[in-house]
Amino acid sequence: MKITKLIYPLALVLACGIAVTGCGGHKVVKPTPLPGRAALPPPDVPPTPGFNPGENPQPTPDSFFTGPDGKPMKMDRARLAGNTIHFTYDSAAIKRTEHSNIEAVAQALSSDPSAKLLIEGNCDERGTEEYNRALGERRAGAARKELIKMGISANRIMTKSFGKDKPATDGHDEAARAQNRRDDFVILLPTSSAGGNQGGS
Amino acid sequence: MKNCLNIGLSALLIFGTVNFVRGQGDSETIIIPRHVNTIGGTKPTPVALDGFSGEVAEALKFDLYVQGFSFVSPAQAQYIISGSNAGNIAGKVTDSAKRPIMPPKSYTGASPRTQAHALANDIVQAITGKPGISTQRGTTARIAFKAQPSGGGAGEIYMADLDGKNAQAVTSDHAIVAAPSWVPGRLALCYNSYAIEDSPYIFFHDLKSGDRKIIARYGGSCISPSVSPNGDRVTMVLSKNGRPNVFVADIDGSHLLQLTDSEEDSSPCWSPDGRWICFATKVNERRVLAKVSPGGGEVQKIPTSPQPNPSEPDWSPDGKWIAFTSQSGNYFNVCVMPADGSAAPIVVAAGEDPSWAPNSRTLIFARRDGYAYTLSVLDVFTKQSKDIARISGSDSEPSWAK
Repeated sequence: MKITKLIYPLALVLACGIAVTGCGGHKVVKPTPLPGRAALPPPDVPPTPGFNPGENPQPTPDSFFTGPDGKPMKMDRARLAGNTIHFTYDSAAIKRTEHSNIEAVAQALSSDPSAKLLIEGNCDERGTEEYNRALGERRAGAARKELIKMGISANRIMTKSFGKDKPATDGHDEAARAQNRRDDFVILLPTSSAGGNQGGS
Repeated sequence: MKNCLNIGLSALLIFGTVNFVRGQGDSETIIIPRHVNTIGGTKPTPVALDGFSGEVAEALKFDLYVQGFSFVSPAQAQYIISGSNAGNIAGKVTDSAKRPIMPPKSYTGASPRTQAHALANDIVQAITGKPGISTQRGTTARIAFKAQPSGGGAGEIYMADLDGKNAQAVTSDHAIVAAPSWVPGRLALCYNSYAIEDSPYIFFHDLKSGDRKIIARYGGSCISPSVSPNGDRVTMVLSKNGRPNVFVADIDGSHLLQLTDSEEDSSPCWSPDGRWICFATKVNERRVLAKVSPGGGEVQKIPTSPQPNPSEPDWSPDGKWIAFTSQSGNYFNVCVMPADGSAAPIVVAAGEDPSWAPNSRTLIFARRDGYAYTLSVLDVFTKQSKDIARISGSDSEPSWAK
């Protein structure tokens, strides 16, 4: 397995230097390097008796973020930026009006078998933080489930939640909040593929 | 007569804690409540401070206020706390009849603040007979929290003294972070960080050595860690098996076990005896709290009505109370209820995400201040609370070190 993708954040942290110490001189906190790839836990664990992970388990990060050439996949946020789907307050249900967007995402994946999909679930500012972190995950999971039903293979799709930490827009009125309650779809492509460009989010 | 006394006492017990004195009476022992603390309904203990100034007075006042004391003139005080902070700090406590409660004591230590916190601890011990919360294992008691800009985004995990002073960043990753959880008995934290692969993983971070490792890195999101009372296990929410559910593992992330498969689980915490993991979930279309054994088994509901939409529970160290956030529309309230669900929760503050101090009466929570969060420390019996000055745009998700 290649570790190049982790070298960059590690190098960045080390280059940026040392943990900040506050006033008052308690210097208990030492520099905080990020763990290297070798220190990461094993990719999977045996299932708990009585719980069946068979339904639609997520791919492991190692298998998902790495391309068939062994190099990290590259992310394309621009490709499906127009297909972001939005949610009703405190709900993870996919609205009927969003089905055309889900279909467009499915189409992008079926037309390019080398592509994978990262679904990022998000919330507006209103709920509490950890409840929202789980809600964002459920929103991403709802879209993943729809795509799997449409025939996309489960191990090509991973979810991730940002809770309310990554709003799409500033603003505190309902219009802004409605924009923030969303799933963003990020295409991942092998490095060697011709398509794909780093888009802004 | 005896029946009335028993019914009255039962009513008190539902909402409060009672210290008993045994009295003599007929052929049966009569139990006379000596001092009753009720959630939200207790009067503060009035004290007078004399001879302290500057940051020493500030530290003393903060610590005592959030443990249920108020500050009055000597004539009105039940206890007089006198001393000085010229050079080393010294203090003593007498009651309103000038009887000694705490003999004169002087302090040495790293700084005036450290000494002031040590004095505050001794004051509380002398007056109440119970340990104070200002120090822990010989140093000033600590909190940890999440700090980020007010609009969201990348931030850092911080730790600080219980009153927010001496704040220091524990991370310097410029990444989204969340949910710091102290490892009891150690200078170590678990937390959620997006620093690797821009993905939510769970870290174990030894603050003494600076070493840290990822203990949960799976497909989907790995979020909401909470360390067990004896520091040997951690519960978390993982969506690796298809949707977010409650899991438990050893503190190094090994021996992972799935504990739930319900639809809407979030924010697990531990009972202080380690026998239960309490979390927020949904049952029959209604958001509730629930508990499950860390060995697996039946999930038991803990209803919180009439306080709706509970989340982010925290179980008091003495086992008696569960504090949680209740949401009604755009309003968030910190509520406290008996852990056995035997009585309705009581609202103690406007805010969210409570974390208990070791005395099981003080807690720290986050309250919305405009569109950002400020940390606040609260005594649930008197409802006295004091904000902690923000060190960033928004400080939230506090955890009190155990």
